[in-house]
Amino acid sequence: MAKTYSAGVKEYRETYWEPDYTVKETDILACFKITPQEGVPREEVAAAVAAESSTGTWTTVWTDLLTDLDYYKGRCYAIEDVPGDDTCFYAFVAYPIDLFEEGSVVNVLTSLVGNVFGFKALRALRLEDIRFPIAYVMTCNGPPQGIQVERDLLNKYGRPLLGCTIKPKLGLSAKNYGRACYEGLRGGLDFTKDDENVNSQPFMRWRHRFDFVMEAIHKAEAETGERKGHYLNVTAPTADEMMRRAEYAKEIGAPIIMHDYLTGGLSANTQLAQWCQNNGMLLHIHRAMHAVLDRNPHHGIHFRVLTKVLRLSGGDHLHSGTVVGKLEGDRDATLGWIDIMRDSFIKEDRTRGIFFDQDWGSMPGVIPVASGGIHVWHMPALVSIFGDDSCLQFGGGTLGHPWGNAAGAAANRVAVEACVEARNQGRELEKEGKDILNAAASHSPELKIAMETWKEIKFEFDTVDKIDVAHK
Amino acid sequence: MSDVQDYNSSLSDAAQSRKFETFSYLPALSEESTRAQIQYIVDKGWNPGIEHTEPENATSHYWYMWKLPLFGETNVDTILAELEACHKAHPGNHVRLLGFDNFAQSAGAAMVVYRGTSV
Repeated sequence: MAKTYSAGVKEYRETYWEPDYTVKETDILACFKITPQEGVPREEVAAAVAAESSTGTWTTVWTDLLTDLDYYKGRCYAIEDVPGDDTCFYAFVAYPIDLFEEGSVVNVLTSLVGNVFGFKALRALRLEDIRFPIAYVMTCNGPPQGIQVERDLLNKYGRPLLGCTIKPKLGLSAKNYGRACYEGLRGGLDFTKDDENVNSQPFMRWRHRFDFVMEAIHKAEAETGERKGHYLNVTAPTADEMMRRAEYAKEIGAPIIMHDYLTGGLSANTQLAQWCQNNGMLLHIHRAMHAVLDRNPHHGIHFRVLTKVLRLSGGDHLHSGTVVGKLEGDRDATLGWIDIMRDSFIKEDRTRGIFFDQDWGSMPGVIPVASGGIHVWHMPALVSIFGDDSCLQFGGGTLGHPWGNAAGAAANRVAVEACVEARNQGRELEKEGKDILNAAASHSPELKIAMETWKEIKFEFDTVDKIDVAHK
Repeated sequence: MSDVQDYNSSLSDAAQSRKFETFSYLPALSEESTRAQIQYIVDKGWNPGIEHTEPENATSHYWYMWKLPLFGETNVDTILAELEACHKAHPGNHVRLLGFDNFAQSAGAAMVVYRGTSV
């Protein structure tokens, strides 16, 4: 029988709390960590989150009756305690796939992390995880090339890739900048990288940078006989300008370009990724602004969600944190999101903060990039944590070498190869790291002096954002 | 500045400067370490393969295949003997050992076992 219209305010839970709901394979699922205002019942606030992130508004409207709201609404189907934290709880929400435009992570995020995050009944809200159904994954373009294609294009097998961010990050002229790239590449790096802050400032306009850097790549390739690249940052004030820079990078033969997917925006990123796929270019992704969104354990968007969003929007590399360097990153959580970047199926695993099974089907993987405050002494741990399908980036750890960055690059290259060789022999890197590096240094003066330079540096602050586990 | 060491690499000094990817920044593999690497490939379930090239053509993606990949071969001695046979037939060439991962459709391992003289 048809419903009748009754104006006024209804409790959200009458419509949006459905503990008996059976999740559909095609539903987009979300896990929110909700910190409610005092006195608001859990079911009501969880239902409100489901409503405000899907079809609901604060009052009944007559136009609700023109559609099948039961079909289109999101609903909260489960509530769980957060281990070790009574101030908040997890709410699991299912959204029908028809709520979202195909191939648009922009549209998904606009709903799931839109108005609802400012909702007054909440003190704080955090999107912990999203399950994208394979039906939705297949509508997205994903990484332009993927891990295997990148290995084939660059002829890099059986070891992590090695990179370096050029420093100082601001203020170098294009020619001096190209020199810094050349020195790193000839010393044995696979990649050098534009710092994220480098776009097209007055001290170094993009076009000169691109030209000088390409000369550096060509010469280093001729000198070493190995394939090289530099992440040319095409992040720009407008998408048109971004595309202009990307086109020029292709024209001069650059193998890889770079974009900042959060500050640059997801529409621009998706557009660029599709262009890269069509033009045979690799795409390195930086994540400036992520810590604004993901660091507070009670509010924002967890990085594993931002990881899934990037894999759908498209990128071949994504910064993942290092676990061991200067930047925040819990080990178990990091292992969780590097699986999310690389694997084709990831099982729910609460010990790594993964709330849902995630099936990527045939979508290519993304190479995690470990960058920030790492040096040769971290190499055994990095190879052990990240494995071969990773890019290890030493900025200060290359450029800060007492003999310059060719020597710094060689030190890191010797160290990574020594660790891979030892790992393949069945040795335990994190236990025997020191012996392995010392042995390698006996035939590499560059590595020996690097080990003397950085011996004492450690970054041992506790992480702010940890996996939720009972600690009482 | 007397403490600073020069990085010795140039276009003209090929023997010193040309590299050939994984493990080329380490001393050449000994027979013992080659065995360990072969064992690693076998343990991973990858198919061993052997390729070689004249050093001047090393930058090409396609080196000459030595016979066919050794599909299903797990005997380290047999694989080592094939590497030696390839080297004997092409003594001036780089000879590399690969481990083909047919699930990833990519080499899981690749290393030059016999180093030719770069030019």
